Amino acid sequence: MFAVGLMHYVVLSAMLAGLGILVMVTKRNAIGILIGVELVLNAGNINWAAFSRYQVGDAGGVIAALFGVVLAAAEAAVAIAVFVNMYNNLATVDVDRASELSG
Amino acid sequence: MFEAFVFYLLATVAVGSAVAIVLAKDIVRAAVWLLGTLGAVAGLYFLLAAYFLGAVQLIVYVGGTLVLIIFGVMLTGRSPWARQRPSRWEVLAAAVTCSLLFGTVVGEMMGAGWAGSARPTTKGQTVAELGRELLTTYLVPFEAVSVLLLVVMIGAAYLARVERR
Amino acid sequence: MQAIRGEDILKPRWDPALRSRALRAVCRGCLGALAGAAAGAAVARLGLRGHPVAVLLLVVVPLGLAALAAVAGGLIVLAGPIGRALRRFAAPVFWGAVIASVLLIWGVAELMGFVGELARVDPVPEAVTAFGGPLTTGELRESLRGPGRFVLLSGLLWPLQFGVVRDLVVVAGVVAFVSVFAMFAIWWERKVSARIQSRLGPMRVGGWHGWAQSLADGIKLLGKEDLIPAGADRPLFCLAPYLAFVPALCGFIALPFGAYWVFRNLDVGLVFVLAMVGVEVIGVILGGWASNNKWSLYGAMREACQMVSYEIPMGMALLVVVTAAGTLNLTEIGELQKSGWASWLAFRNPFTFVACFLYFVAALASCKRAPFDLPEAESELVAGFMTEYSGFRWCLFFFAEYAAMFIVSGLATTLFLGAWYSPLPVRWGAVLAEGGLLSRAVHGLVFCGPLWFVAKCILLIYVQMWIRWTLPRVRIDQVLYACVQVLLPLTMLALLGQSLWELLVPRGSALGLAANAITSAIGAVLVMGAVGAAAYGRMNRRRLVGSLAVEHLPGA
Repeated sequence: MFAVGLMHYVVLSAMLAGLGILVMVTKRNAIGILIGVELVLNAGNINWAAFSRYQVGDAGGVIAALFGVVLAAAEAAVAIAVFVNMYNNLATVDVDRASELSG
Repeated sequence: MFEAFVFYLLATVAVGSAVAIVLAKDIVRAAVWLLGTLGAVAGLYFLLAAYFLGAVQLIVYVGGTLVLIIFGVMLTGRSPWARQRPSRWEVLAAAVTCSLLFGTVVGEMMGAGWAGSARPTTKGQTVAELGRELLTTYLVPFEAVSVLLLVVMIGAAYLARVERR
Repeated sequence: MQAIRGEDILKPRWDPALRSRALRAVCRGCLGALAGAAAGAAVARLGLRGHPVAVLLLVVVPLGLAALAAVAGGLIVLAGPIGRALRRFAAPVFWGAVIASVLLIWGVAELMGFVGELARVDPVPEAVTAFGGPLTTGELRESLRGPGRFVLLSGLLWPLQFGVVRDLVVVAGVVAFVSVFAMFAIWWERKVSARIQSRLGPMRVGGWHGWAQSLADGIKLLGKEDLIPAGADRPLFCLAPYLAFVPALCGFIALPFGAYWVFRNLDVGLVFVLAMVGVEVIGVILGGWASNNKWSLYGAMREACQMVSYEIPMGMALLVVVTAAGTLNLTEIGELQKSGWASWLAFRNPFTFVACFLYFVAALASCKRAPFDLPEAESELVAGFMTEYSGFRWCLFFFAEYAAMFIVSGLATTLFLGAWYSPLPVRWGAVLAEGGLLSRAVHGLVFCGPLWFVAKCILLIYVQMWIRWTLPRVRIDQVLYACVQVLLPLTMLALLGQSLWELLVPRGSALGLAANAITSAIGAVLVMGAVGAAAYGRMNRRRLVGSLAVEHLPGA
């Protein structure tokens, strides 16, 4: 309990991932969904860094986490551009309204 | 001992901010709570002796992605009269599903029994090591990510362009 | 309502009832503290056998409080004569306070180093000591040489052996330094802008050139009404100034003032400081958003755009130096520059020289200083994102801005301008470094020391102020044009050139030495030219254009 080990980080990361998915499911605002995606990606990165420190011992996990940070930023940029377009066309970012292609 | 205290503090901040994101009615508040989570995760990276990763997290995620998200919120406006909330049963079903997911993941991880994982094996990587690894072992992913960033920049600039009518 | 007389404004007086009430409260506090000290002495002597910690807490602290109360009472009684004496001796008081604070900081640092060294070198097993720490006060007393063999002094020094206490002292010191520096910088900016505009600036408050103007402004700001606009997002409105100020303070964690004068010598110090400068953006955006004010929102969005865009040329210009130095550790980068003027990293090769100016321009924009100060454009947006903030919250934003200016100047000094080393090579003064207190003080003043670092930072901040009041403001599209189409290509070229230089030009070759010599010469010419122009202007200030308006005023 007092010595922080690998399982502490794994449990924390699983909690953040679960909460991130919950955010993705419960938000109707498109940017809220993006926030959920960021939470899930952060949870994954914590896992990478923790395994790199406690299990593997070389730099590979940290580098993977670095790539994860970079890719998440890139994806957020494209997502915001898409949402701005959506707002310009539909006057809302409510994802339930963007249903032209369904049914 | 001190490390455990800091870990629990940062973990509480991270999970608490995530819960606050779930419960937030206003998208700007959700973005501010995301700042709390990202900051706590950066602190956890520092605790894991991945100092460069922690600093990069602060620069890229907090100083970049979060600013982008807040910009997106400002540009797409929020209409306070349309409370965009799903129904209570949907939220409950989602919460139950996520708890099941969490339980499954943690259960499998506990059962895996990684040997010798109670104490850290390394002192953490120096920046010189990281740089060398990036340019030797992980050169191909590094170049691929730079090409991807170029593509993303062009794509985002194209998507967000002002239409000339 | 009474008529207001002229002398009420020029010579304000205490309300007599308030004065006597304050005096009575102070006297009661003093007597109570003395009684508490006496009772504490009795308890400590009889009950706890003169235990040093008990003596410290029960006797020394109440005695200190009693002394404070007595001083406060003295100030209240003698307010008039003290004020008049301060006005007459204002200049010596100001400079005396500066020198006294420098000596105080140095003394505290020496004591902390001394106790820390003792605690590290000579830990005693726990069974022997009286209260579980590695050092007893008896050992401290014996280690203090000369006249320092006092119980009180060793009792006061006892807490300093714990790392946590030393950290807290440093944190308090940094917060005090940032606050005092911000107040000084505000006053200085008003004087500099006044001189550039042919006027005098604050001259009244405190006597000599209005040095206490910032103090008076600070006291006024603390007493202002706490105004939150209707319809503003209250929690975010209250949170935003702290989100801007705390990262600025946290930047000082990794910023080295001297070889051992750094809070935490982080291996990734440079990236950490850049990260802290980047987190400030959030505070500013939220401040603009939470104000429920169109102009604040425009200011906030422009500011976010500008700060985030200019972080890229800033980081790349710093990368030029990192490739030359080979490390991100700020202390190591500083240590590389100890061999005098020519070893400063700005003069290593032409690309780092150019990178110094590029970094400075990008840092100006990142700090929202003119000519890039559109976010706080006084004539266009009222006050930009700070419009709705008043009193203490505005104070925090302002302190954050000056703290960011200091951090950015600190980075420029550490990476380009020789950190805490003087233009003279350190090895010329090596014999002074091991001597006693006086020779080490001379070494610190002449060769290397935190004073040089602070002096260089102040010089760079003076240049920032000078540019602000000389150049006109730039439009937002011109700001972004300058970033993306001018600064970014130039920094990329500098980085490319520097990388090729590092790869192709060996360290001690003729080309490298020639480039070093030429850029050092250019730098020296620039500095001496600036000093010469300033001296010429000062000597001929009554003759040159612009001094007509002020030459008949005292102090001109």
